[in-house]
Amino acid sequence: MTEDTTGVPFQPGSQWYDHEAGPLVRPYAMTGGRTQPGPSGVRFDLIALVTLDTGAPNADDDTSLGPEHRALIELCRRETQSVAELAAGADLPVGVVRVLLGDLLESGCVTVSRPVPPAQLPDERILREVIKGLRAL
Amino acid sequence: MVSEHSDATEDEMSALALKILVAGGFGVGKTTLVGAVSEIRPLRTEELLSEAGQSVDDTDGVDQKVTTTVAMDFGRITIRSGLSLYLFGTPGQDRFWFLWDELSQGALGAVVLADTRRLEDCFPAVDYFEHRRIPFVVAVNCFPGARAYGAHDVSRALDLDRGTPVVLCDARDRDSGKEVLIRLVEYAGRMHTARLLDSVG
Repeated sequence: MTEDTTGVPFQPGSQWYDHEAGPLVRPYAMTGGRTQPGPSGVRFDLIALVTLDTGAPNADDDTSLGPEHRALIELCRRETQSVAELAAGADLPVGVVRVLLGDLLESGCVTVSRPVPPAQLPDERILREVIKGLRAL
Repeated sequence: MVSEHSDATEDEMSALALKILVAGGFGVGKTTLVGAVSEIRPLRTEELLSEAGQSVDDTDGVDQKVTTTVAMDFGRITIRSGLSLYLFGTPGQDRFWFLWDELSQGALGAVVLADTRRLEDCFPAVDYFEHRRIPFVVAVNCFPGARAYGAHDVSRALDLDRGTPVVLCDARDRDSGKEVLIRLVEYAGRMHTARLLDSVG
């Protein structure tokens, strides 16, 4: 380790092992270096809901999908999940999940809910329902 | 009008998720509040930030870390099948403001948690939501040992716009947290109605 390019001087007790050493694979390696979702240019909000498209061709047959894609598909199979939940569930940064979801959306494996447009609140009926639901918790 | 109508029907059919932000200074109890009301153990999402663009001319920085991880804790409350509320604890540090812009997109509203022993910590959050006209309530987390102030005192000290609710709460307590959220949703509804009336009048 004499050519350590990080420039951090060696200090006793500063070695990191296992989980503490960080991911073995650089996060954006899983996306092939892409940092933006594919050509469709969709913006996945943190609370956009991702649903597995049951009519979709079997993901197992799609060789273009990597293990992280499959992990996301498995998470969605259990229940519809938000982008934030998928990121936490797959233990991947949100930015990486967005790129992977872009691939899944393009291949038709999943559908993604439209985010609520800014400055447009849900109607009063929904808000009343939320208040009632909170009271009942 | 026709297109608006069909949009509404579409929304009824598809699942709807609403977003509430929980902001405030470092260590004021944001994650505690999220955890108290969430039906799931608060989850953590991480966003990688590249600082390369911000320090291109700063050669001193090259031997330092060029990516930073910002963590956001969040929780969920399912109101019914197809309608859920997500609570996001915003990153505490000021230099992550730009993340707030994304978080606040389409947010129903925000809770600004305040600690009366260091009220100034929540000034940036109050400013942020006031400027962007995002409905918010100030929830004073009543820490044991802190001097008790009335909601009115806090409202004056923060120079809040008239009508912005101030609620005293205990971020650890589920019922107290629920009350804060109810006040916020009620207030967001009132603000929304007032704006609709403004826009037609």
